This record gives sequence, structure tokens and C-alpha cells, in this order.
Amino acid sequence: MPTHKILRKVLREKAFYFFSSIGNYIGENAASLEEFAGKIREVNPKSLEFHLYRGDFEKWVDEVLGDAGLAEKIKELRNQKLIGENLQDQLYQTVLKRYNELKTGFTQSV
Amino acid sequence: MKIKKRRIALDDLDWKILYALQENARQTYSETGRLLNVAHTTIYERIKKMEEHGIIKKYTTVVDLEKIGMKHLTAVMTIITDPKESENVAEKLSEFNDALEVYTSLSEELLIIAKVVAENQDKLHSFIAQSVAPLPGVLRIRTSIITKKHKEGLLAGPNFNAPKGKRREKQIAVGE
Repeated sequence: MPTHKILRKVLREKAFYFFSSIGNYIGENAASLEEFAGKIREVNPKSLEFHLYRGDFEKWVDEVLGDAGLAEKIKELRNQKLIGENLQDQLYQTVLKRYNELKTGFTQSV
Repeated sequence: MKIKKRRIALDDLDWKILYALQENARQTYSETGRLLNVAHTTIYERIKKMEEHGIIKKYTTVVDLEKIGMKHLTAVMTIITDPKESENVAEKLSEFNDALEVYTSLSEELLIIAKVVAENQDKLHSFIAQSVAPLPGVLRIRTSIITKKHKEGLLAGPNFNAPKGKRREKQIAVGE
């Protein structure tokens, strides 16, 4: 998937919606990788645990944003069985690093 | 022919007939007449009158999904919405087959309450995450999965006493 496509803003029906548990939407969503990174810092870590261990993040990153590499890195975090603020920090660092890589590469290429 | 707008008062017999039909809408006029000690012609006339006035809206079927091997769960979803979008959210939600009943409620915040069904928790979550949360104006959603139904009330008249042997306490009046 080309970098600019991974960094694009998707339609609201394709955005990522944060839940705290089955059916309980907390009112936060992300429609791009940049927004996704920001929301990871804002939402309650319980919501991150809920989605990480269902495989929701890697699925969205892979299938909607088209970034299989980042999806794989998120899957590795899942295997580390992280929870709470530790999970929040690690996930944020992982997504931010990838975002910066893509953004820098994209800026240099144009 | 339906007569609309004009209100009519129901007497005790009308209410008893309505109650009997809610329990079993397929019973004949004679059966209802015997149950209530009234001539079947009277039952016929009363039912016709209530149909014509739209008091009896329709006769429907209650399906036992477990009997046909359809595993499902029922949940009650409370959606907090932007007041400007509330009607649109309710309308869109009503278009989904998974939403069986949709209501709007004016409380401190504007709410939409919906009864939804799904095959399992994963499908319930997917429906809410992919179809409901993205609707413009949805601010938050709270969902409770129903584990046991304790009562499903029938509409009964103000002076109505349930037939002997039937465990009926005060009936819930479900108005529109």
C-alpha cells in the first residue's frame, strides 16, 4: 500500500470506534493513523486492552489503513500480554514511530 | 375500513376481549364468547368495531427462535445523541433488521433506546461498531445483554382482573 494511502483520512464508516466492552462505545474514534495515535493517548487503557486482545487494532490497521507492517507490530504487543498504562505507552510509541517513519518518507519523496 | 382520529371509550368487555386476543389471537369468536360468557355475535361486533377504529392494529406471530435452532441474544442499547441528529439516528437505526424496537426518550440527555438481536456477542458488537457508532450524531452507546426475561406483559384495562389460575399482577400498559 502506498504511503499516502496509509496516511489518508478514511470515511467515517471505516473509522476506528473505541469501546470499553461489548457494545459500549465511549465516544472516541479515529479516521486516520495520525488520529489513531492521538486517541491512544486519550482513551482509558481499559478500552485499549479490550480492543488489543480482540485483535481489533491489527485488523483495522491492516484491512482499512492497509499497513500490514504496523499490524504485525501491534500483534507482537498483544503477544507480550501488556496491560494498563504500560500497554498505552507501548502502543502509542509503536504507532507514533510508524507514523513518523511514513510521514518523513512521504515528505522526502514529494 | 378504518375510522381514524375519533376516540372511543372502551368498556370492561372490550378490555377483556383485547386481553384474550393478546394471549391467543387465533381463537374463534365462539371460543372468546365462551371464555367471557358472551354471545359470539357480540364478540364479533366488538372486534370489528375495534379493528375499524384502529385500536386493534394487527394480528401477529411470536416466533420461538430456540425451537428452530436459531441461537440468539437480545440486548438493550442506549444511545446518547446530539439533539439535532436524534431523529435521523432513530430513523437510520430503524432500517436495520437487527433493531427490533427503537424509541426516543427525553431525559437529561437525549436518548435513543433500542432492542436488538444478534446471533452472538461478536456479531452484536460488529453491528454496533460498524453500523450504529458511525451514524452522524451518535455520541456514546451503552449496551446491556439480556440474560433472562422475567415477564412480558399484556395490555389490560383499568379494572381488569386476570382470569383465575393465571399469574398476573398489575399489567404494564404499553402505549404509543
